[in-house]
Amino acid sequence: MNRVPLEGKVLNENARVAAELRERFREHRLLVVNLISSPGSGKTALLEKTLDRLPGSERVAVLTGDIQTENDANRLKRYGFPVKQITTGGTCHLDARMIEKHIADWDLETLDLLIVENVGNLVCPSSYDLGEAAKIVLLSVTEGEDKPLKYPSIFFKSELMVLTKTDLLPYVPFDVAAAVENARRVHPDMEVVKVSCLTGHGLPDWFSWLERRRQTLLAALPQPVV
Amino acid sequence: MHEMGIASSILDGVAVEVRRRPGSRPVKVGVRIGELAGLDPDALRFAFEALTLDTPLAGLELDIEYRAPRGRCRECAREFEVRNFELLCPACGSRNAEVISGDELEFAYLEVEEDEPCAAGRKSPE
Repeated sequence: MNRVPLEGKVLNENARVAAELRERFREHRLLVVNLISSPGSGKTALLEKTLDRLPGSERVAVLTGDIQTENDANRLKRYGFPVKQITTGGTCHLDARMIEKHIADWDLETLDLLIVENVGNLVCPSSYDLGEAAKIVLLSVTEGEDKPLKYPSIFFKSELMVLTKTDLLPYVPFDVAAAVENARRVHPDMEVVKVSCLTGHGLPDWFSWLERRRQTLLAALPQPVV
Repeated sequence: MHEMGIASSILDGVAVEVRRRPGSRPVKVGVRIGELAGLDPDALRFAFEALTLDTPLAGLELDIEYRAPRGRCRECAREFEVRNFELLCPACGSRNAEVISGDELEFAYLEVEEDEPCAAGRKSPE
């Protein structure tokens, strides 16, 4: 019997496509974020408010994933930005191939920000790289503040936690400090933004996070020749 | 959920190595998987078995080294194993730490049986 060392990554198809996408996004200087949460945490509501408040001149597009129906895309299309629905037909997450297919006829050069709304699920989407620059996890105050400990993988991998539905805080026994502490227990660098899409409270923090994140991305890219 | 694709990639890697070693038969392949890679080892073993069944690679063993993530303390520079996804320095108790590994998905080794030197069909030295 002879044991020989083997080197190299077991590169699966998704990782390969995601790496290609990331390279394309970099070339086009495009910030791509991947929104992940349980169903009903308010991903689509946050996107509605985001698109509603953005000036029409902003170069933003949205891909929204669901198992079935075009409902989310229909909710989001009325704001005038490019929006496409990805229906997975049963699959519980988006994968890189779906992103590649759905952006095929978009000119990425005309975009600065692409927001991907993943299928509502805190588990499987955390395993699938979509070529995004950052994963963002949403947690609504009607969920438990121990969710970061119950579903650590996604909190571990997300740069930002958006606490949503904060207008409900007076009515629910949700401990914001405990939720933030739990998130930072699994991810000490976790950034946190608190928003209410009903009252608009905290939305400026969300916008400034996106802007800062895009600047960080651009700063890391080779500067264009002037 | 993507364990089938990973199992298939592992078998592709085995095939490449075996082609480089004519006359050898793979017996066991070792891989290193980090807890953060988002793979279920049992599902991977199941997929691996299903893909090798009734093929020339039937019986090939899969050895999975499942690794906890490692962290590094930013206060005292100690490196440590992260347990239960909790970043906590065991030396100084600080939570000011970063993850330095844990999503690996790598080949480790391949065990092969080589043909005996006197096996039939081998040219004897002139």
